[in-house]
Amino acid sequence: MEKKNGNHKELVVSAIENGTVIDHIPVQSVFQVTRLLRLDELSSHVLIGTNLDSKKFGKKGIVKVSDKYFAREDINKIALVAPTATLIEIRGFKVTEKKQVEVPDTIEKVVRCVNPNCVTNVENVPTRFRVINKQDVKLRCHYCEKITDKRNMGFR
Amino acid sequence: MKNRSLISIDDFSKEEFIRILDLAEEFEKNPRQRILEGKVVATLFFEPSTRTRLSFESAVNYLGGRVIGFTDAASSSVKKGESLKDTIKTVANYCDLIVMRHPVEGSARFASEVSSVPIINAGDGANQHPTQCLLDLYSIRKTQGKLDKLNVAFVGDLKYGRTVHSLTQALTQFNTTYHLVSPLELKLPSAVKIYIKDAKLDYFQYTDLSEAIPHADVLYVTRIQRERFSDPIEYEKVKNSYNLMAEMLKNAKPNLRVLHPLPRVNEIHEDVDDTRQAYYFQQALNGVYVRQALLKAILGL
Repeated sequence: MEKKNGNHKELVVSAIENGTVIDHIPVQSVFQVTRLLRLDELSSHVLIGTNLDSKKFGKKGIVKVSDKYFAREDINKIALVAPTATLIEIRGFKVTEKKQVEVPDTIEKVVRCVNPNCVTNVENVPTRFRVINKQDVKLRCHYCEKITDKRNMGFR
Repeated sequence: MKNRSLISIDDFSKEEFIRILDLAEEFEKNPRQRILEGKVVATLFFEPSTRTRLSFESAVNYLGGRVIGFTDAASSSVKKGESLKDTIKTVANYCDLIVMRHPVEGSARFASEVSSVPIINAGDGANQHPTQCLLDLYSIRKTQGKLDKLNVAFVGDLKYGRTVHSLTQALTQFNTTYHLVSPLELKLPSAVKIYIKDAKLDYFQYTDLSEAIPHADVLYVTRIQRERFSDPIEYEKVKNSYNLMAEMLKNAKPNLRVLHPLPRVNEIHEDVDDTRQAYYFQQALNGVYVRQALLKAILGL
């Protein structure tokens, strides 16, 4: 992956027969993305690139996963730490889906509420948040109504 | 409002608040109406409370309904390790409505999602206490003749006081100007202040109570909780600055009334009790009427 020119990079991306490419990941979030998607638990091919040159962002990270398509829930997670990321799905060497990840209006299950005394941290209750700020990500808990933001965000 | 739970103060619209307050006014005129005959209300208090529980039970009894429940978690199946979900689903089989107080924040919202009968939140940790909020609104309207465009001063523990949080939020619908008086350590949290900012209303912050008094129509005093302070010296320093005495009300507007959710410790001197500004005991009585109004509206009677 290191030191690719534009053409070669295209080749590597399309070299996946089936699977998912997550491009334009901010460099500081690459390994957070790999953790959030639990890539360490997969048995298929996983390629992780970071500090790659990007025309748009200067430096970027990229993750390529063979034979795996992610659920909406997982993609939401990425949007919280890597709002600039692009999601590319490949089937039979062809790009079948390409879209910008987006912070959704509500976040379910993946984020832990910052409040230790919230019912979601005490009883067996999946978390639910309303996104009250998409740029400087701020989530209001549907249950305890406290705000979880970028600085104190943890993932389940 | 029929069959809807009341969990957080923003579950109800401004019009619905007003409807409850109007209904409460009727109950104030005639509190003994047997409209709850044959109905069972469960009061589940996972955390002890005197005022809220008794005023709910009093409200149900005046209306001819019956009350079941428990007064602390130690005497319930929670002690055997039962989940909140199971407790609620079971109790919902035995009653028409559940009133609950629980020390965990968000527990009432969760209960309303698993319960087959409506839930009234009587306090969930430091989060919400909407029935207190409604009785506060009732008391404000009663003493000021209106809710719109009032100057409301909140005094004391603005950080952890859930009654302050609920009332602050509700008053954003009524063009309120806020005067926030607290020690620096106990300022209103930004998660609550955001409601004032979003509504584009004015707020002023003070540490000195006497500065805020001349501006206020309503002085909403709360207890400063000693246990919140890590440094006991800090607590000693601030506790006396909020000892409201009768002579401090000299510069107050003639319509000013002093409210307090109670219990009070030393933040209001007893010499205030005999002034015409003192309203906190009447405020506690208003709780019965407001809860009667809620029971009527939610049970659709």
